[in-house]
Amino acid sequence: MSELAKVTRLALRGMITFRGDVSSARVKKAIKAATGAAVPKVRSISGNRDGGVAWMSPDELLLMVPYGDVQNIIADLSKALVNDHVLIADVSDARAVFRVEGVEAAQVLARVCPVDLHKDSFDIGEIRRTRMAQVAAAFWRDETGFEVICFRSVADYVEALLQRAAQATPVGALGGR
Amino acid sequence: MLILTCPYCGVKADETELSAGGEAHLKRFGPGSSEDEFEGYLFVRENPKGVHFERWRHSYGCGKWFHAARCTMTLEVFGTYPAQTFEPPQDIKDAISAKRPNWRWRDFS
Ligand SMILES: [Zn+2]
Repeated sequence: MSELAKVTRLALRGMITFRGDVSSARVKKAIKAATGAAVPKVRSISGNRDGGVAWMSPDELLLMVPYGDVQNIIADLSKALVNDHVLIADVSDARAVFRVEGVEAAQVLARVCPVDLHKDSFDIGEIRRTRMAQVAAAFWRDETGFEVICFRSVADYVEALLQRAAQATPVGALGGR
Repeated sequence: MLILTCPYCGVKADETELSAGGEAHLKRFGPGSSEDEFEGYLFVRENPKGVHFERWRHSYGCGKWFHAARCTMTLEVFGTYPAQTFEPPQDIKDAISAKRPNWRWRDFS
């Protein structure tokens, strides 16, 4: 049995749930100032590990920032949007982050998610919230693999699931990449 | 396998990524309504063989409720549309009429 990809559990990341009117100019400006990344289009993710914004739903974003900066960023955002109807919540300790790395990484996720992971359907810069076997998860693709986030309460389950899914040989439509 | 496109995020979601929310376009009858009205709201459903309107929630995805028009007999999906409406939009009705010319569902046709 070969390894399709390397699955690693990463350290906690600063994560802030933002809910509100994400089309408002004031909100866009405040998010950009807080994270350095622009409010992304539908189903997209912008920025990088040190300042990223993910589209979660028509009125929800997930801001990803360095763990130690969360409180300051929440304070700045709250101040900038004091007159707007928004919700800003620190969810850093409620999330787990994984990295699925390797050329066959898509195979691993395809085994446990009902998602078309072909490059033509799901490319770099997109985020997908979905079902991962029995729990909710989200992931996005980069040059060398995927980053996966889930609730920390199910992190052990997701880790075991991904590790097991990584132990196999390529099959099906993704077999030839 | 039923696949519905979420009208909010555009994801072609497999049934296992969604939660079924029962029949669509129910009018709520609460305090002050007659017993017949309340019974109808709680229990009376179309349950058709053919064209049907349902509520679904993209529960593992964006979390939003939406509507779907589909055929319960063939599993054919005529379209999906947002939840903020009391009746199916015209383009959905047209899509159904193209396939099932004489369809009727409650007061819609
Ligand atoms: Zn959706």
